[in-house]
Amino acid sequence: MNRALLIWRKSLNVVMLTLTGVAALSVVSVLFLILGYLIWHGGASLSWNFFTQLPKPVGETGGGMANAIVGSLKLLLLAAVIGLPVGLMAGVYLAEFGGQTFSFVIRYTTDLLNGVPSIVIGIFAYSLVVLPVKHFSTLAGGFALGIMVIPITVRSTEEFLRAIPGTLREGAMALGASKWKTIATVVLPAASGGILTGMLLALARVAGETAPLLFTAFSNRFWSPGWSQPIASLPVMIYTYAIAPYDDWHRQAWAAGLVLLGLVLLANLGCRLALNRGGNVRSV
Amino acid sequence: MKKTSLVVSILLILAITAAAQAGTILLNAAGATFPYPIYSKWFDVYHQKDPNIQINYQSIGSGGGIRQLLAGTVDFGASDGPMSDDQLKEAKIKILHFPTVLGAVIPIYNVSGVSGELNFTQKALAGIYLGTITKWNDPEIAGANSGVNLPATDIVVVHRADGSGTSYIWTDFLSKISDDWKNKVGKGTSVQWPVGLGGKGNEGVAGLVKQTPSSIGYVELIYAVQNNITFGKVQNASGKFLKADLAGVTAAAAAAKDMPDDFRVSITNEPGPTVYPISSFTWLLIPAQISDAAKRDAIKGFLKWMLTEGQGYNEGLAYARLPKPVIEKELKAISLIQ
Amino acid sequence: MTSTVTTIQHAAPPYSGPRAFVRRLRHGDEIAHLITLTFAAAILLITSMLVWELWVNSHLSRAKFGWNFFWTQTWDPIFDNFGAAPFIYGTLVTSIVALVIAVPLGLASAIFLSELAPRKISDAVSFLIDLLAAVPSVIYGLLGIFVVVPLMRSWLGPFLINTLGKVPVLGKLFAGPNYGVGFFTAGIVLAIMVVPFIISVSREVLLTVPREQREAALALGATRWESTSKVVVPWARTGIMGSIFLALARALGETMAVTMVIGNDPKISASLLHPGYTIAAVIANEFTEATGDLYLSALIELGLVLFLMTFILNGLARILIVATERGGGRPA
Repeated sequence: MNRALLIWRKSLNVVMLTLTGVAALSVVSVLFLILGYLIWHGGASLSWNFFTQLPKPVGETGGGMANAIVGSLKLLLLAAVIGLPVGLMAGVYLAEFGGQTFSFVIRYTTDLLNGVPSIVIGIFAYSLVVLPVKHFSTLAGGFALGIMVIPITVRSTEEFLRAIPGTLREGAMALGASKWKTIATVVLPAASGGILTGMLLALARVAGETAPLLFTAFSNRFWSPGWSQPIASLPVMIYTYAIAPYDDWHRQAWAAGLVLLGLVLLANLGCRLALNRGGNVRSV
Repeated sequence: MKKTSLVVSILLILAITAAAQAGTILLNAAGATFPYPIYSKWFDVYHQKDPNIQINYQSIGSGGGIRQLLAGTVDFGASDGPMSDDQLKEAKIKILHFPTVLGAVIPIYNVSGVSGELNFTQKALAGIYLGTITKWNDPEIAGANSGVNLPATDIVVVHRADGSGTSYIWTDFLSKISDDWKNKVGKGTSVQWPVGLGGKGNEGVAGLVKQTPSSIGYVELIYAVQNNITFGKVQNASGKFLKADLAGVTAAAAAAKDMPDDFRVSITNEPGPTVYPISSFTWLLIPAQISDAAKRDAIKGFLKWMLTEGQGYNEGLAYARLPKPVIEKELKAISLIQ
Repeated sequence: MTSTVTTIQHAAPPYSGPRAFVRRLRHGDEIAHLITLTFAAAILLITSMLVWELWVNSHLSRAKFGWNFFWTQTWDPIFDNFGAAPFIYGTLVTSIVALVIAVPLGLASAIFLSELAPRKISDAVSFLIDLLAAVPSVIYGLLGIFVVVPLMRSWLGPFLINTLGKVPVLGKLFAGPNYGVGFFTAGIVLAIMVVPFIISVSREVLLTVPREQREAALALGATRWESTSKVVVPWARTGIMGSIFLALARALGETMAVTMVIGNDPKISASLLHPGYTIAAVIANEFTEATGDLYLSALIELGLVLFLMTFILNGLARILIVATERGGGRPA
């Protein structure tokens, strides 16, 4: 073994290991870059007007995104109502009741649904909800988002239910509880922390989705009463304003981006911190 | 107890949000980006005049307006390219065209060192968009702009990525002045562009040109004015180079032959020394039969207002007023909506 | 587990048959089972309906163009001639560029996090990287337009043209006018979006490699790096491949960020600096305005193609990841 080779190997070692550190550092710094940019550009444009005004006619300044903020909230509410119960129940089924083959089929299908590009889900919602009634609606947008919520909720519900030790279940049964009573009064409450955070993460994920809303919820320059009218939403407004030439619109897009990202990151931060006290949540 | 009060409050919120304000008439419309600035102004002013009527207009391009109107997902549409006979046949309902304003499509550009107005010959515009003229200092362009220092950079062509009435007007013009264009590409809201980047909406094209050096694009006049983008003069049928303005557009409308009864007419490349060659009407596409009486009256009321008071807002946003004979004809045509 | 009721009660006859079913029903377990089963089946229903709608609504286009749809390069709404080739090309090219950038970066970061960093730092950093995965796509698009595109236009584009563009064969990839938008720009934005997935999954997979493997290599005199690169990573090979497929599937379906920076030009071009178009982007731009049933049907057929691409990739990814996590990889 000559010394030259040893020195080479040792220096290669140091270089490569440093590079991996650099790689990790640069990835993390991208996150801070994004946040920094948004705070820098968006923070300046956050104003009282932004939160309370409706959009102004093209070219006029002073407009805001009040209707888009409310719109996003309404859409999320619908997505929650449509998607969370399905996800929860299916997760309970997979964890507690499922047979071998049927569970496999359900899990496979859920993964499949998870991987469907959001624009394709938009097409589906368009043909199912928009076409038959012939108008764009909050309902259609909420439906599209609801479908996207389901796979994430199923996965996390099942994981957290499975994490509950069998001893807890057996104890309940030993006291005479039937299976469903065990699930409802012992297992679910025990896993509720994890399940709820899983749901919140799912909602945070779809809050930022734009593509499926483009031809379901469409957009609206005014308030959207009820559930059957088109509705504005933060992501769609960001998109519309970002590709336009008006500087005022660009500023509003930054501000909206900051608001959206802020809410999404807060939700994620809160959930993950809560969960990390016991267990991990994988983002994929 | 906590659970029931939670449920009750959720139901209350749902009920409140679900209750549409009584008497509000919500109209949904979509279409051209060409007249979006004036439409958004009109609908805003009209809403303030009559708060019960809310017209939600989304500028998704003329192609989108026609499509959504045919699909029935909007109450009326808007387009700067009149619907073709084929499209009208395909529609299951009869559709009426109502011109609203006159506008101009202009060539905008972003060339370093050139802050003034460039003269574009008809051949130059056709060549650039066909891809045969590739550099800014090409003789066809330089020849019309003596004294201007044109760089030898490649021209970045920008067109519309979405179905656009503005594209219709532009390609209609190019088809009239260039047989090559007519045979290779043709006119329409969505064509197979030989070269170039696609921007979404007039806004997208203006945005791209504003940010991309050495680029050229076409937009409605107001988009360049509102964003301080330089635009050039276009050679008209009489050979003169004209910058788009209200007078030139009005002259184009006047030079056109009599307005047909269905209001579908093209006024590009009209003869006359003061005519701006890339002018056009833009239309609202209204179904002839509207079953909902409240909506029908709202639309008719808006049309009447638009043709009278509404025209007062045109010039402030660089659109020309409709010619008087056209207005009178349209006011009569409103009664066709039933 | 079977669905029999487990209660400590007198197990009264009959044990089977309709009366027994009704009896079990009263205990509520059967109801619970049925209810949850229905919801689970609803997922099946939704997914099948989705595939069905895609299939049925693309009928016109499939009937007219057949298999030619895949390699026709024209996209002409006026003459009703539609082909998927430019979009499939754009989708694949942008995703491959994204992977070329993201895989080395992601793998290196994952190695750092699993092998080198102290546990606390590793956890904190992967926490932050998971947050990156939560950033909505439209925000990436926003940054793409206002940060990446100007960067490409003013500095990176000319740099690439002047360096890699001069290399003999590779140079064709970096030729031509520098627009700022294009395949490469979209690839960069996509790379940032998929890197967290590669890191997250690879890190987990690397952590499952048994300690003995590393120690054996070190005991034989390997440096830390050699142990990692020659033993640990190959051991986790299949799982890492799975993470790459996962990232690829995500990149293929990405819509907003791409459509804001790719230039929207349905052309196949050798140069990565040229504008292009992807399946998701063209659907987003043209769906609401596809006048004509054939046009709309062609767009939906594109959606079907995209769906199939992501379906296959996701399936492969899952198989690979699960295989590694269960059995542990085997070195070649």
